[in-house]
Amino acid sequence: MEYRQRRPSGVARVSSGMMDSLQRWLPKLVVAPTVLIIGIGIYGFMLWTAVLSFTDSSFLPSYNFVGLEQYAKLMESQRWLVASSNLALFGGLFIGICLLIGVVLAIFLDQRIRQEGAIRTIYLYPMALSMIVTGTVWRWILNPRQGLEKMMHDWGWTSFSFDWLVNPDFAIYTIVMAAVWQASGFVMALFLAGLRGVDSSIISAARVDGASLPVIYWKLILPSLRPVFFSSVMVLAHIAIKSFDLVMAMTSGGPGYSTDLPAVYMYATTFTRGQIGQGSASAMLMLGAILALLVPYLYSELREKRHD
Amino acid sequence: MTDVVRRGVRPSRIAIYGVLLLACLVYLIPLIIMLITSFKTPMDIRSSNLLALPTDWTTIGWTKAWAEACTGVQCEGVKGFFWNSFKMAVPAVLISTLLGAFNGYVLSKWKFRGADLMFGMLLFGCFVPFQVVLLPMAQTLGMLGMANTTPGLVLVHVTYGVAFTTLFFRNYYVAIPDALIKAARLDGAGFFTIFFRILLPMSTPIIMVSLIWQFTQIWNDFLFGVVFSSGESQPITVALNNLVNTSTGVKEYNVDMAAAMIAALPTLVVYIVAGKYFIRGLTAGSEKG
Repeated sequence: MEYRQRRPSGVARVSSGMMDSLQRWLPKLVVAPTVLIIGIGIYGFMLWTAVLSFTDSSFLPSYNFVGLEQYAKLMESQRWLVASSNLALFGGLFIGICLLIGVVLAIFLDQRIRQEGAIRTIYLYPMALSMIVTGTVWRWILNPRQGLEKMMHDWGWTSFSFDWLVNPDFAIYTIVMAAVWQASGFVMALFLAGLRGVDSSIISAARVDGASLPVIYWKLILPSLRPVFFSSVMVLAHIAIKSFDLVMAMTSGGPGYSTDLPAVYMYATTFTRGQIGQGSASAMLMLGAILALLVPYLYSELREKRHD
Repeated sequence: MTDVVRRGVRPSRIAIYGVLLLACLVYLIPLIIMLITSFKTPMDIRSSNLLALPTDWTTIGWTKAWAEACTGVQCEGVKGFFWNSFKMAVPAVLISTLLGAFNGYVLSKWKFRGADLMFGMLLFGCFVPFQVVLLPMAQTLGMLGMANTTPGLVLVHVTYGVAFTTLFFRNYYVAIPDALIKAARLDGAGFFTIFFRILLPMSTPIIMVSLIWQFTQIWNDFLFGVVFSSGESQPITVALNNLVNTSTGVKEYNVDMAAAMIAALPTLVVYIVAGKYFIRGLTAGSEKG
């Protein structure tokens, strides 16, 4: 898509030569600020963090290299292990439940529903809220004494008890609940857009052949939405790995460190406990986790494009 | 519609509507609880339950959240932080959208050697977990004398938002026929003339998408706010979190909920007014490429 400058012939050649070179430089000049801030702000800083992860930096960055010691310490840290396994648990449940709810709601909404626009708007509005707002509300709803529990008692279910928010074994599930509430409408929107792109003549043909609607969805339509499925998983996994706000607003990682996620661990070690080396190593592992997801995804995307 | 009428009301359709309406309730109830609680008195909160309407409606929670509640050491409510968020979001949104528009224009219509590399780097930049840049950014802002300032936060949000805005505009401009640009160049139009006279007038939808996406992201951000600001310069999300976690005296949930509503209102209003563009931004964000 390279454009060649066309030179008008004749008298204006000299001045247009200057104009030409200006025109050639302008595009590069215009993108230069972005290249600069991205180059430094993302790639330079990434490298800087990588370097720090090999040092013994504590409250201030130091450049005394200790090899892989920070990574080794990280692997032995009970808190990091809890944070990582929490991420697997939280991420798995969050992605799975969001997909399930999103697909079901999208299929139901695709049945020529009255007021579809209004319903869609309701499903998706939590996505416009800050996770801090979401966390604040859910923390109030799940409050062990005055929240949901009290409401159930008032309504006559006096034995009802729900203390997950302050129970170290179950607190992580309250984060899952709030996160699913916030993001499942988004998955619905992605799948609904996908469903609208399905050729309706396929459905008619299958119906003529006597297939029932659930079978058509399960055997024909959902398999054709594979790309939507993958991009949803990518976006949700990305939200899960970066999840920080919700935990900070709901539990601050507690009780104890039972709801720590890697992002919370990274923040605590780097900015409050003065273990910059540890924090940098944990950030690098988070990057590694994203890459492990991203590279196969991009690879399969590119391969598919080539086959088309 | 005729299809539905012909088939009449079947049990399966009642079930479908039932599930959809139940889901509506589930999504709406937290918002309703937030609103109800914010208009109750503390006494009322203790004696009634989550979904009970206030016995006497009061705005005391709202006025206290706005001007008196403690957000850490100081007790001046969230009003200052609310304006901080605007002072941070408006310039950051405008600058990142402007840069994104120019970048998208160049990357789609004025490809240079290395343009594909730049595009790849931007694409990857959308996925990087911000944790890998936090500490160096904090150090750099300190060196620039911008630590704990609103301009510092603007710089941060522009840096990490421009990848998204560029992809929005690039993907939008790619669909515009190159022949149009070629014809304009034969007529002697230059780089900026083509952009301002031809592309910009047809860019309204994508400008809206970019503005709304960026505003929502920046207003709702907590991570950058909590790391790169302190005290007076904090954005509303950080102030809200401090307010909720400040444990002096009795917990006042009406104030917490009013403060949460104040923090939520700007993005909610944007969503209600321009939801169409918000959804387009979300879906565009999921299919970068």
